[in-house]
Amino acid sequence: MNRAALTSRLAAFARSSLFWPVTVLVAMLLGNVIFTHGFLAIHVRQGHLYGSLIDILLFGAPLILVALGMTIVIATGGIDLSVGATVAISGALACYLISKGHGLFVAIGVAVVASLLLGAWNGLLVTRLGIQPIIATLILMVAGRGVAQLITGGQIITINDQDYKLIGGGYWLGLPFAIILVAIALGVTVALTRRTALGMLLESVGGNAEASRLVGIRAAGLIVLAYAFCGLCAGIAGLMISSNTLSADGNHAGLWIELDAILAVVLGGTALTGGRFSLAGTVVGALIIQTLDTTIYTAGIPPRTTLVFEAVVVTIVCLLQSPAFRAKVMRRRRRRAKEPAPATSKQEVTA
Amino acid sequence: MSDVLSGVVARGRPLAPRRRHVPVLVTLGLFLGAFLVGAVRYPNFGTAQVFLDLFIDNGFLIVVAVGMTFVILTGGIDLSVGSVVALSGMLCAIGTMKLHLPAPAVIPLVLAFGTLFGAGMGYMIHVFQVQPFIATLAGMFLARGLCLTLSENQISIDDSFFDALALNSLHLPGGTHLSYGAVTALAVFAIAAFVLQWTRTGRNVYAVGGNEQSALLMGLPVGRTKIQVYAISGFCSALGGVLFALYTLSGDPTHAIGMELDAIAAVVIGGTVLTGGSGYLVGSILGVLVLGVIKTILSFEGTLSSWWTRIAIGVLLFGFIALQRLINARHRAAAAST
Repeated sequence: MNRAALTSRLAAFARSSLFWPVTVLVAMLLGNVIFTHGFLAIHVRQGHLYGSLIDILLFGAPLILVALGMTIVIATGGIDLSVGATVAISGALACYLISKGHGLFVAIGVAVVASLLLGAWNGLLVTRLGIQPIIATLILMVAGRGVAQLITGGQIITINDQDYKLIGGGYWLGLPFAIILVAIALGVTVALTRRTALGMLLESVGGNAEASRLVGIRAAGLIVLAYAFCGLCAGIAGLMISSNTLSADGNHAGLWIELDAILAVVLGGTALTGGRFSLAGTVVGALIIQTLDTTIYTAGIPPRTTLVFEAVVVTIVCLLQSPAFRAKVMRRRRRRAKEPAPATSKQEVTA
Repeated sequence: MSDVLSGVVARGRPLAPRRRHVPVLVTLGLFLGAFLVGAVRYPNFGTAQVFLDLFIDNGFLIVVAVGMTFVILTGGIDLSVGSVVALSGMLCAIGTMKLHLPAPAVIPLVLAFGTLFGAGMGYMIHVFQVQPFIATLAGMFLARGLCLTLSENQISIDDSFFDALALNSLHLPGGTHLSYGAVTALAVFAIAAFVLQWTRTGRNVYAVGGNEQSALLMGLPVGRTKIQVYAISGFCSALGGVLFALYTLSGDPTHAIGMELDAIAAVVIGGTVLTGGSGYLVGSILGVLVLGVIKTILSFEGTLSSWWTRIAIGVLLFGFIALQRLINARHRAAAAST
């Protein structure tokens, strides 16, 4: 590739909505190298890949998955607050069934189907009853955690099934299985939304559901589909989280993951108003959040101040993405570049 | 046009409710129904004191919901309220117990801090066009993080001013009483309702929520109004935090987790639309009372485990919202056919 083509491609990337999130992510990774030497190193131990980067991907896997579903829901102009509860229910169901001696596939199947149904329930509340998405999903957010605790009997179920461990904590072909699972989910979603008309239909519903219905798009069906997909993603993430620790905690599993997922979607440049979405942006957004968590652990900052750092990073990324903010900073810099001449003359006068 | 028509129709039939009042009236009906069910089901439920206890136990939520109503009426949302409530309570506790400042000096400082915090978020939302959900989510993280940074443990408040306010209450006829926190909440509601209905600020809030572009073209101060509502919400959250500190006589970094969702739910149950521009403050108060009566009924039931309580709250919330949607939809259909 010649240099002109390369620079034009770089310039196009600098203008794209992915530019600032990627810049922040790279800056955070480089910042980590200064704190911890060998942060970027990846070792092979007993045929498995190890290293901080792999850790970020592994611990970030459930968040990426949940954020993936959230992106699709937000693309339709909705929002799903119930994913945390779905994570808890799915993990609780799987662990409960395994602890009662049912097979692995029965347990996983029941959990996945249950989370699909929970998502579809949200979608039906939004489309059939016309309840505003934030409130419709709030109902399941409140009740769902109760259901998860009901399944676990208010206690933490621990199981000892090494095959189940594979989903969230095992290795396959040298890579953590969770990363492979996320890669497959991402690939399938990208193929379905960008290689078929599905993505465009979803964006059209998010832009204007009524207009889409009038041109013949089944808006209601698509919205239910989006929520069901979001429930499915949350369910698989719930399996991952419970399998990583081989336990189900109805009270704390996936607590506040809905906020992190929404944040990941927005950091990736998808607007909450719907009508447009970026899956790559969401993945970058989720990685920013996970890298921040990992950084705080490795840099030895007390965990109780985590939220303050999270707030600062969120604010920085949002401001960088805001055209109004960039314009303001640019104008100030340009003014400063013009100003030096009078400033020096003033100094001479005072001297 | 249709509003004008329904107004004319309503004048013809004096008792028929105005169409825009229907959601609030439905919520009022549901609240009275729930209270009646409680009164029939449990002895000692249908007394004036149980009704007043709703205000005493939810005074802080009323104040927070008032602020949230302003924000939602402009089409925004404020997720930071729960954390700001906790932070204000912490600041009250630290100010009086650790720094030994007099409480009448601490409280205005806390209120000013909350107002500035809200105004800062409003500034980010208006000037830099950050989405309200995200700007206030960052505010939520910041406030909660500051709480935990200040102290990881609960701080009890043992201050003569706080004690005097918390332990005494206003005696009403009929042997009932109302705490000073609840009285404050009702005063805040009265002032806010006046501002929203009869002042220029209130008109601006509705105009910005109805259509921001039109409001701008009409020459209304859109930017100032938007920053104002977040400042109001910040003030209300800080005041809610002071009332919460008064109610629990402590500051705790884990207080009021998820209160923003209670407040949003109360506002929506009260008939305010999340896209802004329509709704009434009195609806939000009824929304808080509906949530309060659900919790009171569950506490009278007594034997429920914590998870059954959660499930019951979810189911009742669903019942209320579904019923409200159905009644409103039927009313709209009836209005359309006449």
